[in-house]
Amino acid sequence: MALSVPAIMKTTAARLSALYLLLFALCAVLLVFYMTSLSARMLTAQTQETINDEVLGLARAYQRGGLPVLVRVVENRSRQPGANLYLIADANGQILTGNVQSLEPGVIDTEGWTTEPFSYKRFGEGELDRLRSGTSDQTTAPATGDNAARQSEGEQGHNAIALVLRLPNQMIMLVGRDLGEPERFRAVIRRALTLALGMMGLGGLLIWFFVGRAALKRIDSVSEASRRIMGGDLSGRLPVTGAGDEFDRLSENLNSMLARIATLNEGLKQVSDNIAHDLKTPLTRLRNRAEATLSGKHKPADYRQALEGTIAESDQLIKTFNAILMISRLEAGYSSEHTNRVDLAAAVRDVAELYEPVAEEAGVSLQAEVNGAFLVDGNRELIGQALSNIVDNAIKYSTDSTSKPAVRVTLERTHGEIRLCVADNGQGIPDDADRARATERFVRLEKSRSQPGSGLGLSLAKAVMTFHYGQLDLLPGNPGLSVVMSFPAREDH
Amino acid sequence: MQMPATQPSSEIAYNGPMKILVIEDDREAADYLQKAFTEAGHTAHVAGDGETGFALADAGDYDVMVIDRMMPRRDGLSVIAGLRSRGNTTPVLILSALGEVDDRVTGLRAGGDDYLTKPYAFSELLARVEVLNRRASAKEAETVYRVGDLELDRLSHSVRRAAREITLQPREFRLLEYLMRHAGQVVTRTMLLENVWDYHFDPQTNVIDVHVSRLRGKIEKGFDKPILHTVRGAGYMLKGG
Repeated sequence: MALSVPAIMKTTAARLSALYLLLFALCAVLLVFYMTSLSARMLTAQTQETINDEVLGLARAYQRGGLPVLVRVVENRSRQPGANLYLIADANGQILTGNVQSLEPGVIDTEGWTTEPFSYKRFGEGELDRLRSGTSDQTTAPATGDNAARQSEGEQGHNAIALVLRLPNQMIMLVGRDLGEPERFRAVIRRALTLALGMMGLGGLLIWFFVGRAALKRIDSVSEASRRIMGGDLSGRLPVTGAGDEFDRLSENLNSMLARIATLNEGLKQVSDNIAHDLKTPLTRLRNRAEATLSGKHKPADYRQALEGTIAESDQLIKTFNAILMISRLEAGYSSEHTNRVDLAAAVRDVAELYEPVAEEAGVSLQAEVNGAFLVDGNRELIGQALSNIVDNAIKYSTDSTSKPAVRVTLERTHGEIRLCVADNGQGIPDDADRARATERFVRLEKSRSQPGSGLGLSLAKAVMTFHYGQLDLLPGNPGLSVVMSFPAREDH
Repeated sequence: MQMPATQPSSEIAYNGPMKILVIEDDREAADYLQKAFTEAGHTAHVAGDGETGFALADAGDYDVMVIDRMMPRRDGLSVIAGLRSRGNTTPVLILSALGEVDDRVTGLRAGGDDYLTKPYAFSELLARVEVLNRRASAKEAETVYRVGDLELDRLSHSVRRAAREITLQPREFRLLEYLMRHAGQVVTRTMLLENVWDYHFDPQTNVIDVHVSRLRGKIEKGFDKPILHTVRGAGYMLKGG
């Protein structure tokens, strides 16, 4: 997978990862700042508490023996290793005792806690600094609030916070604590956090690289397979690993979609084959008739007759063509917003009434025995067309009956179904295979070839039943044939 | 009775020349229609696209319009809807190559008055256009139809010819009622199936012919003059005198 950087960024996974990484980094930086500032505040509070304790002790010493005792205690404590800062100065700010050699000016002028860390120098540090910097003035140079100056001083000396008190004799006492330790602590925390976050980020990148790459590989294999299918290999299917994950589910769904498309495609191919086969014959006939009329001399009446025949033949072609189209649309699950409540009993009465004169003329008794209402969800027009095709057939094929030809239309409700049965007493279709084939497109069983018709009547009826979520069955009658249209009954019945 | 202006036109429908507008983008089909309408004695104007057709229809005073459904620039249904919203009530017949089950409903809902699927026979189109002619359709309000000596009373559901009562089945009555409303005009088999049975499909057998011949038996048997005529290649026509 040699993907260049822009190509990588084109994948959703990479873009999402980059976004997450950015958010994560932002959060991490905020966290570091929050943690360090929190710890700094905690450390300052702790320092102040220590100083308070210290001052309390010194106050007790002062109460016990006045200034001399205080000075002695201060000197004692000053000499201890890692001692706090102590300073006692006279009212003018002249340092009398303590372990502080010099201070930022102004620090001891106001009583109470110093508002900001100040820089100072302990005894014994001066020479070293002077050697290092080459100037003694800088250590005591007035820091005029200039940040840079104070920082440079802080680097040479130390930073501290302190409590400044005025003794009853107007002398000034300062007790402070060096900030070096808390600062170091803060730096350690910051470093640790930064390191940890950096490692987490790196880990995230690695995880993305391996996990994301696996996902990309799956997607690539799916695209590869779909390219093959688009290339014409319609039998191809997307890979399913069997892991049952979302990729497998996606592939399975796409595969069943492909299967459905293949079925429809097959149906379409069959329709076009049938159209080609069954329209070619009449079209050829049409063409031959026109050609024959044109060649040779004929009387005007012959031309007229030929043209009339041509029109009649083309009308039949159009009918056939329309029927094929309709069947295909119905089978393709054409959805109609004009499906509504249809009373099958009314449909039966209508069609029976429509065909009654035809039946009478053919010497067939057409009986429709329907009582009450049989409601289904459907399209009245389509049901009427299907039923009239079936009744039409029944009348045609009952004429070869051995007894008095009769067609009976009945309606009955059985568990969850409404069965509309059209039964004739003709010869029927004795052969089971023939009966099964009779609803296929253009199938005209041997004995029906003499009858007019396109061979699409029952196919259309079957497609109409499919459209209504029902089915069409051809059952052997006794004698004759029973065509049964089964509709799912409406829920409210 | 003697005043020609109030003389009811029920004896014979207005069948004079009509002014027809054909909006059809297929040049050849449009020319054929224009020629055929002219031969039938009407005047036909042709517009080759929806916009031109809309402008012509909006400006002209036509008796009937024949509008193709799918056209460049503006489709037929939009033309009809636009005309209807401007108060134009000229009857419209929609021509369509679609022929889906719902198309008819969609077309009629958009303001069309009749619907014909391509390909069609010109005789069918002509019959439908003549029936649509707004100057001929004033009969809806009449309660008694008279053609020759045949008389149909829509309120009492009675039919008599030369003062002799004729008994008809309900469907036969409706069939005769439709034929009499359009007396003097050609009525096709599909028009009868649509208007009398409310079905819009092609029946496989000649069911309508059998119904008509049965009706013919009832209204002609015993009378010397034929009144229900068969028009070859087209349909039927009720015509007295």
